[in-house]
Amino acid sequence: MKIVFTVKKEGWDTQMDPRFGRTDTFAVYNEEDESLSFVSNADTETMEHGAGLQAAKKVLQLKADILITGNGPGNKALEILKKSKVAIYVGAGDMSVREAYDAYRAGRLPKFESKA
Amino acid sequence: MKIAIASGKGGTGKTTLSTNLSSYLAQSRQVVLADLDVEEPNSKLFLKGNLVFEKPCSKMIPQWDKEACTLCGKCEEVCRFNAIMKIGDEILVFPELCHSCYACSELCPTDSLPMVPRKIGELKHFRGDHFDFIEGRLDIGEEQAVPLIGQVIEYVDEKFSADTIKLFDAPPGTSCPVIEAARSSDFVILITESTPFGLNDLKLAVDTMRVLNRKFSVVINRYGIGDNGVEEYCDAEGICVIAKIPNDRRIAELYSKGELVYPKIQEFKIALEQIARFVGGLK
Repeated sequence: MKIVFTVKKEGWDTQMDPRFGRTDTFAVYNEEDESLSFVSNADTETMEHGAGLQAAKKVLQLKADILITGNGPGNKALEILKKSKVAIYVGAGDMSVREAYDAYRAGRLPKFESKA
Repeated sequence: MKIAIASGKGGTGKTTLSTNLSSYLAQSRQVVLADLDVEEPNSKLFLKGNLVFEKPCSKMIPQWDKEACTLCGKCEEVCRFNAIMKIGDEILVFPELCHSCYACSELCPTDSLPMVPRKIGELKHFRGDHFDFIEGRLDIGEEQAVPLIGQVIEYVDEKFSADTIKLFDAPPGTSCPVIEAARSSDFVILITESTPFGLNDLKLAVDTMRVLNRKFSVVINRYGIGDNGVEEYCDAEGICVIAKIPNDRRIAELYSKGELVYPKIQEFKIALEQIARFVGGLK
């Protein structure tokens, strides 16, 4: 499984970023080879509109199976995420990346449901 | 004569001044008031009148024709607003984000993005006893106020003669909607309150008007609260303060009931007379 986290900085023990579209960085954990890599999302910082859409496109390009974040994507970003089979888990905004992963493994993170 | 009533900060009295000034000026002049705060129009709450005309307003957006499309991605590349994206073998259009610039449509090598209208709101024209009132109202969920504001101004220009006093109840802030409202106005009244917040946002509004090269003056509302910062700033910058509307609980009470203020509060009427005289002297 390929798991993507929204994170504030690179590393296992750094804080999750509760935001989706304007998260600082995506952490990508590949469970098969246990590799952890990072993809910057800093380009959305200066976008007035559509940051969530660009972030969603990155998640698709990463071919993620799982997305773990804080508040969850907005409706327009969700429209893009739904083009893939990525499963979205939320409620990890206040955790470290490691805590978020453990919480997901233990089934303690709620699955994201669209408010639309 | 087109006069925009704007502010940096919200809640400083744009609608109170717009509705009362329209009613007051209409005693002696032909007046039309346009509510350009299309994201949350509220002037109508204070005015009585019959609906004489209404029409839906739209903006143009691209519509994907997948038959001819080669998925080259040019459209996504040229869109500054992230309103069109290539996802897999699909082109997704996000209508709320589209600024109708036509770049994707014009630059598409296979003409696969023809522009089509999308309804974004409504224009309503009311006629009261003394003056006309036009309201623009953006549909819920729409994000682009500018095209609708532009269409309301266009309608006002078409329907009313040049010697009509045209008052625009502008949106708050300093971003695109207020710029659209102010840039075609002959004069801008910036209404603020005498607090540090009011001053901070007044400075932003003044900077905006200077960039737009608009003539403007200031009305201080809720005068008597806060501090002297706004007066000192206007003094230092050589900005004319047309009137000071005193802070008075009775004004807020009338406002909360949807009533005009000047027929009942003498101090407000005096300030309004000063503003009316100023407006009457504008060339």
